[in-house]
Amino acid sequence: MASSSLTKSKTSIIHHLKSTKFPLLYFTNHTSSIRNSHNLLHTISSPPLPVPRCATSSRINPFIVFSRCFESVCVGRRLHSAASASNDVRQFPAEAPSQQVLDFPGGKVKFTPKLAFTSGSTEERVPCYRVLDDSGQPIIDSDSLKISKELAVKMYSDMVTLEVMDTIFYEAQRQGRISFYATTMGEEAINIASAAALHNDDFVFPQYREPGVLLWRGFPLQEFAHQCFGNKYDNGKGRQMPIHYGSRKHNYFTVASTVATQIPHAVGAAYSLKMEKQDSCVITYFGDGGSSTADFHAAVNFAAVLEVPVIFFCRNNGWAISTPINEQLRSDGIVVRGKAYGVPSIRIDGNDALAIYSAVHKARKMAIEEQTPVLIEALTYRTGHHSTSDDSTKYRSIDEIEQWRGGQNPVKRFRKWMESKGWWSDEAESEHHCSTRKQLSQAIQAAEQVEKPTIADMFNDVYDVLPKNLMEQEAFIRKTIKKHTQDYPSDVPL
Amino acid sequence: MASIFQGVGAATALSSSTSFDTKKFHLSSRRSFSVRRASFFVVRSDGAKMDSGLNRIGGRADQLVTNAVATKADTPAASTASKPGHELLLFEALREGLEEEMERDAHVCVVGEDVGHYGGSYKVTKGLADKYGDLRVLDTPIAENSFTGMGIGAAMCGLRPIIEGMNMGFLLLAFNQISNNCGMLHYTSGGQFKIPVVIRGPGGVGRQLGAEHSQRLESYFQSIPGIQMVACSTPYNAKGLMKAAIRSDNPVILFEHVLLYNLKERIPDEEYVLNLEEAEMVRPGEHVTILTYSRMRYHVMQAAKTLVNKGYDPEVIDIRSLKPFDLYTIGNSIKKTHRVLIVEECMRTGGIGASLTAAITENFHDYLDAPIVCLSSQDVPTPYAGTLEEWTVVQPPQIVAAVEQLCR
Repeated sequence: MASSSLTKSKTSIIHHLKSTKFPLLYFTNHTSSIRNSHNLLHTISSPPLPVPRCATSSRINPFIVFSRCFESVCVGRRLHSAASASNDVRQFPAEAPSQQVLDFPGGKVKFTPKLAFTSGSTEERVPCYRVLDDSGQPIIDSDSLKISKELAVKMYSDMVTLEVMDTIFYEAQRQGRISFYATTMGEEAINIASAAALHNDDFVFPQYREPGVLLWRGFPLQEFAHQCFGNKYDNGKGRQMPIHYGSRKHNYFTVASTVATQIPHAVGAAYSLKMEKQDSCVITYFGDGGSSTADFHAAVNFAAVLEVPVIFFCRNNGWAISTPINEQLRSDGIVVRGKAYGVPSIRIDGNDALAIYSAVHKARKMAIEEQTPVLIEALTYRTGHHSTSDDSTKYRSIDEIEQWRGGQNPVKRFRKWMESKGWWSDEAESEHHCSTRKQLSQAIQAAEQVEKPTIADMFNDVYDVLPKNLMEQEAFIRKTIKKHTQDYPSDVPL
Repeated sequence: MASIFQGVGAATALSSSTSFDTKKFHLSSRRSFSVRRASFFVVRSDGAKMDSGLNRIGGRADQLVTNAVATKADTPAASTASKPGHELLLFEALREGLEEEMERDAHVCVVGEDVGHYGGSYKVTKGLADKYGDLRVLDTPIAENSFTGMGIGAAMCGLRPIIEGMNMGFLLLAFNQISNNCGMLHYTSGGQFKIPVVIRGPGGVGRQLGAEHSQRLESYFQSIPGIQMVACSTPYNAKGLMKAAIRSDNPVILFEHVLLYNLKERIPDEEYVLNLEEAEMVRPGEHVTILTYSRMRYHVMQAAKTLVNKGYDPEVIDIRSLKPFDLYTIGNSIKKTHRVLIVEECMRTGGIGASLTAAITENFHDYLDAPIVCLSSQDVPTPYAGTLEEWTVVQPPQIVAAVEQLCR
């Protein structure tokens, strides 16, 4: 991680070491994965991990990373990471009497006579991994996976479908046909590319701005419409607001309105995968705002302790309703929190579909093979309003929105790349747009006609079996409706 | 819990001494939760047979409570079994139930602070980590909202976690997860994801634990739709309720009491599971119905001794099921005695007693000869000083006085 204040503190340690003729202390990451994934943390265009100049001294190895020796607290499964850590840590020879080390639970800690606070901010921010440049051209020598034409075409066309779906449903809300909607505008690449890098049996715990993941997995447009209209064909039986999709079949866990409560759920799901030794992982999505919640912090910490295969995917889109990122946090975004909790992390360009695909693919591999959580911060921009209840021009400039809708637009960038490979064309575009619009209009019209769920569905599923008090309450409401039919909506079946 | 009723549905055979009109509460099928498949042996505390779906109803049930009127006021009737059984303490009974279920189903796991090698703060999980490994008996960091959420997520994926709150009061930190997710996700997902968690832990007023550790969480949780709440009070019902809660597909909150963990009792050797929605007849009587649960059961039984000496015949029911109330058992009792006293540890405002009073008034008003009396703790944070703490909890003399007043 490039960080000059970190370099400074490393430098001071090195100086100190040199002056006291103390052999180098190796620090290794608690999982060997970080060393392997150094490539991921930098694009080739930026220099590798900076080495303090004094480290060219023969006794000092240029590598400085961080260690945790668990000897004092080794229990059961934790031995695994202790073993891997201890393989990397060079044992101390007999300590010089002037050099003392505290053998503290969690690992040995060196003392320093320097009264130096590590700065809360760094001059250089964590770099952002990207594969395509602003004009959709691949960056030379970037680490990225090759994808097939078939996959690329599906990715691109699903991104367009998502865009069109958002536009049409948003319009439907404005026309009063559905009560509420929230778009994914600007985050299409995150939705589709991350889904493309996962397998269908990976569990997905979404916040609410990730319907694209469900779309990728084959959830029909008609069913999206059914949920938004809350009719009897809705999986959720009309019990939730629009965009609160959920499908067990697609391993997509029902959206709850509460922010970030899905993050501990995801850790629990990953725990169940670990217990049952499954070959899949869990992914959970949340925004920059969601990363401020207690649930986020506790869950990430917990996942690190448990060593479970979960990908924490933060969509840093710059805004939490009207709260801009600099009023949300003062750290270098969310990626640095990974380090704080001992979780390998990466910052990626959230408007670059190929970067997202490669990063999630690799993260998934890490999570499963090494049984570790991974934190991904994707930098993107929410070009739409927070929801249909919001008018974002009230708190941000239209210019800013237009700028992100223009050049940085993830769909446009990916399209440029597709066209440069000859895999897409204007005809394909307009044909796809047309057919998707048509499908969606039909879906909406059809969903609008379908009956709403019956009264019975108000009481079912509160428990596994209907208890007596709910039976009575249902009977009461039925009787009341029968008696006062004119006071109740006529289109709700009994 | 107020239940709105109308006279609908088929009436079952009840004593026909009072005929109903449609306004009266009618007691429908004995099975308050219909169509529940039970392949295990479910015991009803009043000895009646369960309806279809059960395989073995037998001698055990018939020998229960109605015969075994407590000669010793605080002996739980159900324990006077014909088989020898084995003696253990309440926390051991909980552990036994937990262990049997973990043995039976590999999906059952335990999650909580210090439950692993430490064995739990009240030793309910002692030895389990050694036996099942520290992944299945999982120690968590101090983040109740997180590990409760984790349990919910794991449950949605097929595990059956038991989430231990070191003290029930700490579960206030998990309220969001319990209310908005645990209680709701089965419903809002359209039945796609179920959440068979058990949330358990000690609560109630202990010995000078201070206000924050003397909470009665049942008051706060009772409104949450989608959850069930039960309170255990004896080793026998602790084990039975623990097993039932684990087997239930609904989220169940099992309330234990800090001061009851060392109660000793002889419980049967053979496997048994109790009914979650059922109250326990502790002492049948004729003059007054005393409804109570958890620790207050013992204060009531102590008061009952005095009352018997004074010539009263109280009927004591340990309601056990806090959500939903077993209005069937309670109703039958009220129809017999016509007087109700509720003794609880909750605070006056918004407690279980308050809800129970409302439910009884609504359903059995015509059977009451006197207003319902509810004895509860005051609306104050529990003080630390021992003397004050004692006065915050309902004591036997108050119960005796209340019964005398009620039966005047």
